[in-house]
Amino acid sequence: MPDEEKPVGGPASSDDKAAPESKPAAESKPVDKPPADKPAGEKPVAAADAAPAEKPAAKPPAEKPAAKAEGEKPAAKAPPRMATTPWDGPLVDRLRERFSAEITEFSSYLGDSFLVTNLPGVFPILQYLKADEGFDYLVDVTAVHYPEKEKPFEVVWILYSHPHNVRIRVKTAVVESETPRSADSLYATANWLEREVYDMFGIAFAEHPNMTRILLPDEWQGYPLRKDYSIIQQDQDWVRENLNIESAQ
Amino acid sequence: MPEATFLDSNELVLNMGPQHPSTHGVLRVILKLDGEKVLGTECVIGYLHRGVEKIAENRTYTMFNPYVDRMDYVAAVSNGLGYCLAAEKLGAVEIPERAQVVRVILTELNRISSHLLWLGTHALDIGAITPVFYCFREREEVLKIFEKYCGARLTTHAFRIGGLQYDTYDNFEQDCLKFCDWFLPKVDEYEELLTTNRIWVARTKGIGILNIEDCKSYGVTGPVIRAAGLEWDLRKAQPYSGYENYDFDIPTAQNGDTYDRYIVRMQEMRQSARIIRQAVGKLPSGAIRGKVAKVFKPAIGEAYQSIEAPKGELGYFIVSDGSTQPYRLRVRPPSFVNLCALDRMCRGALIADVVAIIGTIDIVLGEVDR
Repeated sequence: MPDEEKPVGGPASSDDKAAPESKPAAESKPVDKPPADKPAGEKPVAAADAAPAEKPAAKPPAEKPAAKAEGEKPAAKAPPRMATTPWDGPLVDRLRERFSAEITEFSSYLGDSFLVTNLPGVFPILQYLKADEGFDYLVDVTAVHYPEKEKPFEVVWILYSHPHNVRIRVKTAVVESETPRSADSLYATANWLEREVYDMFGIAFAEHPNMTRILLPDEWQGYPLRKDYSIIQQDQDWVRENLNIESAQ
Repeated sequence: MPEATFLDSNELVLNMGPQHPSTHGVLRVILKLDGEKVLGTECVIGYLHRGVEKIAENRTYTMFNPYVDRMDYVAAVSNGLGYCLAAEKLGAVEIPERAQVVRVILTELNRISSHLLWLGTHALDIGAITPVFYCFREREEVLKIFEKYCGARLTTHAFRIGGLQYDTYDNFEQDCLKFCDWFLPKVDEYEELLTTNRIWVARTKGIGILNIEDCKSYGVTGPVIRAAGLEWDLRKAQPYSGYENYDFDIPTAQNGDTYDRYIVRMQEMRQSARIIRQAVGKLPSGAIRGKVAKVFKPAIGEAYQSIEAPKGELGYFIVSDGSTQPYRLRVRPPSFVNLCALDRMCRGALIADVVAIIGTIDIVLGEVDR
């Protein structure tokens, strides 16, 4: 289905001409995507042994195509992954001390620091960061869908500290049925942001005062920002019933 | 509260919008009223939802660039700047000095035009008809500069990843300076019309108060949090595009009400003109676009970059899988987040104040719904 859509965005600039050759295959099979598009320039950084042992274990499917890619491109050694550097500092030390069992990774990429935690750790960490570390502003809550991973949804909280002028991210991986605890009681803004995550990804937040859709109609079926939801897909029944037309396309 | 009313009146649920002229587009607010007093509100949004984030995943980085202009269409240049900066951060692209300065000039011009549109419509909502004509007259001059620069007035697509597509036109500098000289007295004119106007003061002072703690909790940014007294502006806190090289102040106020937000935005227009003058004065010559591969493919990774848009913190969170298209692109829209504080600001106010409060948050529904 996504492939049907391709011709719509015909080559408008020189950049676009190159897209179709790598894209159609990659779109139908997201698993093949990383090796197919792997640019030669990033290999040295990707090989850097910065990410902790937890990460490769979390996504074994991504490694298989990487092995296949080695046959095609002999230079490819490491599986593609973010070339992170370790994140250190007093804040990290304090977090490590308190949440050593929950947090699995402290990393930085392009100057953005983030930590990865297990699901039960999220709420206590947010609570601690707000109460004791001055992270008084929840910038954003969002999610990323990695269908090939064991836990396909990565939920991301972006936090900012007004007193320290620092922005960090808290990330956790969940499966569809898991419900992260809502941060609504800590940050009022989480109310709408979590509703949008629910609307777009179908991740429900526990203890949320009003866990309903926010942008799409309440009766809409499906979660548009999931990778298996095609860009031209729609809730046909809803469109027919409410708009009295065959298709909204 | 309801039992204390004189006539023991019942609560009334009233639907405001989505076709109400003061909701600035298609915002629907369900009001729970006790007489004229607002007991609570609920926003119904999404009428303009176009799935911008989904579109991004199906376009190359370059192809997606014009789409961002369609979110906050009264501040399209700021949207473009935020997106380009995020993509450039992800792709580690260096931007030439000249492009940076031109970007600052256009973005500040856009801040002025966005604030002018806000002022005109906000005053119109409250009942002052005159300012909207003045504001549109001045805004026209900004749009003329945009049109001369890139051919478009509203959805400009002014910036490209790596810098600019077009160099400035002949007399661009003079046009900008002439605009600043001509525009600053106009701001005084607006202030003469409104700042001490009894009706304006009565309609805005003490209305829709949001203090610093509430602002932080609701994630409210931009002029709203500055009007509450927090001197916080991303152009100063985490400078981008060389904003650290300009001399400007962050206007603040104390009470966090509708009047203070008006004062802050008026000052911001003056500060923007101040930045434009400095930028024009030191516009260097040289390249306008950095070294960007024809096929833009950032390495695998993710980055968050935000800018101080006219309405608050506008952020882009992009996840790259090393291909030509973003794996995931998240827009952190200031309008959407600021709007969620509407309920807090409206409670206890009168229904006429709801109109003033919607206006004072300065939302654009294209950005709320995306």
